[in-house]
Amino acid sequence: MSGNLHMFVMAAPLVGALTVNLAGRASRKAVLPLVLGFLTLSLVAALGTMAGVLEHGAFTYTVGNWQPPFGIELRIDHLSSLMLVLVSAVALIASFASLQSVAKDLADRQHHFFTLYLILVAGLHGLILTADAFNLYVLLEITSITTYGLIAMGRGRAPLSSFNYIIMGSIGACFYLLGVGYLYILTGTLNMADIAARLPQVNGTVAVATAFAFMLVGLWIKMAFFPLHGWLPRAYNDAPIGAGVLVAPLMTKVTIYLMLRVMFSVFSPQYEFFQHPDVQNLVVWGAALGIICASALALGQRDLRRMLTYIIVAEVGYMVGGVWLANGTGLTGAVLHIVNDALMTLCLFLVAAAIISRNGSLAFDRLQGLYRRMPWTMAGFTLGAFAMIGVPPTCGFFSKWYLILGGIEARQWPYVVALVFSSLVNAVLFFRIIEIAYFRGGKGHGHDDHGPVTEAPAMILAPLLVSAAALVLVGLATGPLVSNLIAQFVPVF
Amino acid sequence: MGGFGAEIVAKYNYWIYVLLMMIGFYAMIAKRNLVKKLLGMNIFQTAIILMFVSAGVKHGAAIPILDKHEVLEHGVHAASVVNPLPHVLMLTAIVVSVSVTGVALAIMQRIYRRYGTLEEDEILEKIGE
Repeated sequence: MSGNLHMFVMAAPLVGALTVNLAGRASRKAVLPLVLGFLTLSLVAALGTMAGVLEHGAFTYTVGNWQPPFGIELRIDHLSSLMLVLVSAVALIASFASLQSVAKDLADRQHHFFTLYLILVAGLHGLILTADAFNLYVLLEITSITTYGLIAMGRGRAPLSSFNYIIMGSIGACFYLLGVGYLYILTGTLNMADIAARLPQVNGTVAVATAFAFMLVGLWIKMAFFPLHGWLPRAYNDAPIGAGVLVAPLMTKVTIYLMLRVMFSVFSPQYEFFQHPDVQNLVVWGAALGIICASALALGQRDLRRMLTYIIVAEVGYMVGGVWLANGTGLTGAVLHIVNDALMTLCLFLVAAAIISRNGSLAFDRLQGLYRRMPWTMAGFTLGAFAMIGVPPTCGFFSKWYLILGGIEARQWPYVVALVFSSLVNAVLFFRIIEIAYFRGGKGHGHDDHGPVTEAPAMILAPLLVSAAALVLVGLATGPLVSNLIAQFVPVF
Repeated sequence: MGGFGAEIVAKYNYWIYVLLMMIGFYAMIAKRNLVKKLLGMNIFQTAIILMFVSAGVKHGAAIPILDKHEVLEHGVHAASVVNPLPHVLMLTAIVVSVSVTGVALAIMQRIYRRYGTLEEDEILEKIGE
């Protein structure tokens, strides 16, 4: 038994947040080692938790020894241990770039920024661990409130974007809370396993369907599922660079994980897929429409980061659709895509951070000649782009492959077409940038006459290269990843 | 008339919460003034709090403070005490709602300092979109 190692995954960033706030007030130099130290501790504990789960299997943990259903229960299974490692790894990698860019942009508010950063990480870990429906709401709001703050620290119209996000985010959270209220009135409990055990007694009533609808729509608003995505592009584009590298890869992906929890730990596949096949079809169609529209909107952008935000919306469609295909292949693909998309988004947002640190702008017409000026950054960009398009052996290919196979298996042709269409659009999007950055911008045929190499600072470049390497490594490790971790979660239909 | 009217009267607390929620929702979506949006958000959250609390009402029941010895001897009569859980949950929800309002007010202050107005249309005009 691995004891309470998983508690350290969540506790480390939380204690870190308090420490950074106090120590950072006294000395600015204390921020960097503290942030890196606590995030490393969190990652080590997450890896230990995963090793424990792989060895001994899933387990539940009662906080403070208050027995469920009265106390709050944590559930650590294969999927949640994988998510813990993913979140802590992404948070650690992103923190390097964050530290660099925040020291430059928000020098006197560093400790405030990283207090929020670490609370956000702790909240994400809590969301992954919790097995209590109301606790999930509280943690969802903890992550959201910290994100509002982080985004509002950006320049220009960031406060307005953050305000709009607050309004939308609160609607989402309130819908979720309302759904929990309905379930509580119906079953008299808040523990997910307990609700799941009691739901069959009230199954088929309109109230259960209403609760399910409220909870799902609430989460869809939070994850920016098309057409509820309106807040995301502005909020993520206006966020400070240091916040974007953490928020963009993780927030939507963890919310997808929450949707899985609600669908499979509270309700059952039997309930959502087979009692209401029309709803299932409708969601998959909606996902397909969302993928196509978001991809089309991405085509219209003339700025790298804005384009990426629309790609995030399209990717949310991939995952929601994959889950709702109602077969094991699609679900495997969706879970795998959570991991892969987090890494791809991390890589590309780090590229954006690197480019902005030297180039100052992400507008397409300012990217000329970047391959000569920032060769390593652009090498990472190329890998990230290939992963987004889905070129083997990068990880993006494998999850997309599962998703497409799942779509064919479920005979959901619009979804399959949307996936293929979106891959083609991604190819257009990224090759357009590669063309601008590689071929244009030199005088004549342009050999080394476009200024010296000005590569990004090591604090951004190193995590960028690590995340780009991870894209290939995770891609090559798809087999063991699926068979050891994801297959344990996927229920048999 | 009888069936539907009787249903509304019997569950009037839920109808009130639905009405309040719709008012809040309308203000959040349709109003262009940021303060009104925030007020709408608060009404929306309060409606949900009212729903939880009114769901916990039990007629003729006392507050849930029990005598330990008596409970150990006779056990608890569930009908004689109010279930405290919905109220406790809503204490947490109120804290969440206050924090969100606080963050929103702070952000609104920054918006006002920069643009000198809290009308969304005027702000967008000043940004130049």
